[in-house]
Formats: sequence, structure tokens, C-alpha cells
Amino acid sequence: MRNVLIIAKRELNAYFGTGLAYVFAVIFVALTGAFAFFIGNFFERGQADLQAFFQYHPWLYLLLVPAVAMRLWAEERKSGTIELLMTLPVTTGEAILGKFVAAWAFIGFALLLTVPMWITVNYLGEPDNGVILTSYIGSFLMAGAFLAIGSCISALTKNQVIAFIVAATLCFLLVMSGSDLVLNFFRGWAPRVLVDAISSLSFLTHFDQIIRGVISLSSLFFYLSLIAFFLFANAIIIEQRKAA
Amino acid sequence: MQVLVEADRLRKTFGHIVAVDEISLKVAKGEVLGFLGPNGAGKSTTMKMLTGFLEPDAGTARICGISVSERPKEAKALIGYLPEGAPAYGDMTAGAFLRFIAEIRGFDGSEKAKRVAAAVERTGLERVVEQPIETLSKGFKRRVGLAQAILHDPAVLIMDEPTDGLDPNQKHHVRSLIAEMAKDKAIIVSTHILEEVEAVCTRAVVIDRGRIVADGTAEELQRRMPYHNAVAIKVDAAHVDAVASALGSLSGVQQVERGAIQNGHAQLRAIPKGGSMIAPEVAAILSERSLPVAELYVERGRLDEVFRKITSEEGLRHHA
Repeated sequence: MRNVLIIAKRELNAYFGTGLAYVFAVIFVALTGAFAFFIGNFFERGQADLQAFFQYHPWLYLLLVPAVAMRLWAEERKSGTIELLMTLPVTTGEAILGKFVAAWAFIGFALLLTVPMWITVNYLGEPDNGVILTSYIGSFLMAGAFLAIGSCISALTKNQVIAFIVAATLCFLLVMSGSDLVLNFFRGWAPRVLVDAISSLSFLTHFDQIIRGVISLSSLFFYLSLIAFFLFANAIIIEQRKAA
Repeated sequence: MQVLVEADRLRKTFGHIVAVDEISLKVAKGEVLGFLGPNGAGKSTTMKMLTGFLEPDAGTARICGISVSERPKEAKALIGYLPEGAPAYGDMTAGAFLRFIAEIRGFDGSEKAKRVAAAVERTGLERVVEQPIETLSKGFKRRVGLAQAILHDPAVLIMDEPTDGLDPNQKHHVRSLIAEMAKDKAIIVSTHILEEVEAVCTRAVVIDRGRIVADGTAEELQRRMPYHNAVAIKVDAAHVDAVASALGSLSGVQQVERGAIQNGHAQLRAIPKGGSMIAPEVAAILSERSLPVAELYVERGRLDEVFRKITSEEGLRHHA
């Protein structure tokens, strides 16, 4: 645990030291705001809630989270520091968790910067703050799932561009897995159970429920198990590279 | 003799290529082992297996008796490792980087500050502590890597080409650092610079195509040279025959080689039987017969010739 925190601290310092943190935070806040006001018609809806704001988070994460995740392992491989890191007395699990926790905390920090949206809507009306809180939690969990996928993909390559594109595509398919775009591909030949299973993997379905204020155990379990699964796969990839 | 590093029939293949083929070696406390070999011989791969970065296909690496693959965390805690090219997090300052390493190595508070300060002082980094590593010169980067490796005063120090690309002053500094620390550690240094072996190593292992082809002190390796302890003599062309026959009459001399005559001087070389020391006899007979000599010296057999001989012989055998 101590090592996880030490690695996370180093990673966080790197985010702020390289300017990545500021670029990401500014763009994230600007885009979430712009989407809510111009595309989500925040004012025109005339409702005191943040649905217009949260609704676009999956699409923003699709672009921004793989960008954060792509460097996690690809950069270590490229610069050779992975050899340094993995010959220090830390386990693979500690290294993976440390990096993941730092990136997740950092996205959480960017999410916190959108609190003025919450203040605005409270100033304008009387929103259901419980729903807003669950939406923040849901958004954070979804970011974590995107991040775990990105981290896992990043471990496969030393090329950050490849890591970005593959992770973004995979995330896109998961976001869309409840839609006809993905499901029609399977409907022709796959059994009904499989189609239903794929459709239940949809980020959107789970997230839509959450931002309506329904934070079900199955949605929580969905995001947390996705994170666990991809971080576990991440560990296997790192260990596999050691043996290859 | 306390064995701190032990490789037991380590083997590693990448696809069809056998990078390391059953390498076994032991390094004891107080030894500085020079790991020699042409590029691609398997030096780095062996070191990566010793430090737990790569998993061997077969065989075991042990550090102070602890198996690297079974108890990696404990084994890694005992090693200081400088990977090839001294990788470091470029965006960190040298000081921040060393503090990070100190924390991971389990030091806190004042102990951490003390360890970092000691490593900085030992490697002469005082001037650049507050600079981001990516802005440092190659020499300083290498020193940051060294500082990182020695920070926890490890029992085993493994360095992959620690002086590669450094200028002569920096090389000298690194070598004296190694010599300073040699007493109570087991040190492995890989290199393809032979002078380095003569300068710092107590023992040299030559590897080629993933196998150990020679193992011994620099002196022992030199003994494998045909010209080891040969006496080279430069004489006036007029005395060449007299000197040659004088040398030929000595019982310790196996053969006398004659070189071409240049600027009125000829080069002669007396090759001893079994590499024994014949210089005193040669000197005695020349003065006895009062033959004038312009130059006389004993050839040690140059290590890089030994190296070329060993690795190319192996190559020939390999292809035969």
C-alpha cells in the first residue's frame, strides 16, 4: 500500500510538472460547459438539474481519458524507465495500482473543477442534489472504467498513438454496445443470450440510469468489475512481457 | 568467500534466437566482475534476468541466496541496478527523482534526506540537483543513474555499461567510484571496453552468443595470448643476426620472430616456451655478448586481442 501511494504521488507530480494537468483540466471544464450550454440546451430546457451537463460525459471521456491513459505504460516502455521501475522492490500490482490511482484521482480533480455548474443550478432553482451527487459518482466511476481499459491497452505497446486509438475504439464500442450499431453485428448469428449480454455491457445504459438518480447495485458492480477486470488484464500483460 | 550473486544455468530465448544459453556464474563479496562480450552477446539479457526484469526460460538467479523469481521483492531490495542507458524520469529534477527512489527503497524523513545527500555527494551531483533530468548532459544523467543504484548501499551492484559514452574524466570518476565500493559488495559491470576490465575488475567473464567462453582474471586472460611475456627488441640492422642467434641459444625461447627493417633498425621478438618470463635471461645474454639494443620491452598480450581471438574462434567453431 505504501508503495502504491509513493508511485501515485510521483505520477501526480508528473501530471502537474509537465503541464498535462492544466491542459486537461482547462479543456475538460471548457468542453463539459460548452456541451451543456450549447448542445444540451441547459437554459432552454428550463429545468433545475444537471442532466444536460452529465449527458455528454461519456463522449468527452471517450476522447480525453484514453489521452491520459495512453502514456501510463507506453511511455515507460519507450523511455526504458519500465526497467528501472520493475527492478525496484515493488510488485507489478503495486505499480499498476499506483499509476491507475494517480490518473483516476487526477480525473476526479478535473471533475471537481466543474462544481460551479452545480452552484449555478442551485442558484437558478432547486435541483435534486441527491441526483447530482449520484451523477458525479457515476461519472467518476465511468471515467475509472475508461481509464482501466486505457491503462491495459497502453501496456501492450510502446507507441502512445496506437495506445490512444485502440483504447478509444474499444471504449467507443463499449459505449455503443447497447445500440444497433454494435448489436446488429451480432444479431444475425449470435444466440439471444449473447446479444443481451453484450447489450448489458453498454456504458450508456448504466450511465443514463445513474444520471436519473438510480444508482443500482448492478451499475456499481458493472463499473467496478470492469475496472478490476482490465487492471487484472493489465497485470497479466506486464508479467507476460517479462517472460517473453 | 561469501557468494552474493549466483546464476544457475540461466537460459533465455526470444523466438528462435537463443539470447542466453545456460550461463552459470558466481560473484562473491569483494569481487568486481567484468562482463565482456561483443554487442548482442547476451550481456544485457543476463543482467536483466539477474535483476528480475526478465523471467528466465530456465535456470535460477539468486541474490544473497534469495531466488529472484520466487521472492522478487526481497531480492530486488538487495540489488542496485543501473540499466543500459541509465533511464530516469526526465521530467523530474535529479533531487526529486532520488527522493522517489529513496521512498520506494523504504527510507523516510531524515534517513531519506541523509541517503539522498550521500548519494548526491558520492556521484558529484550537487550542482544539478534542482535541474530536470532531461536537461542534463549525458555524463550527469549517467551519474543520476549511478546515484539511484547506490542510494540504499546495496549488497549487490549491477551496472550495464556504466561508462558508455562518457568522456575520459567521467570514465575515470565512475571507475574510481566502483573501486571505492568494491570492498564490501559484489559488483557486476558489463562493458565492451577492455581497458575498463584491466582498470577495475578483479575477474572477467567473456560471453559470446549467449555462452561463457572465458572466465578468469585479466592476467589469466592475457596468458591466453600467444605473445604473452614475449620480449620485443629493437636493434641496429647491423647486429640483427648476432642478436637473433643469441636469443635462439636461450633454452627458454621457443622461437625468434624477425620483423622488417625500418630506418636502419630491425624488430625482433623472442617468444617464450609456455609463456614464462624470459626477460632476465635475454638481458643477461645481450650484455654478456655486449650487443647494443635500442629498445627492449616485455609484451603482456593485449586484452582486446585476446578478446578478438576468443570470440572469433568461437564464431568459427560455431559455423563449422
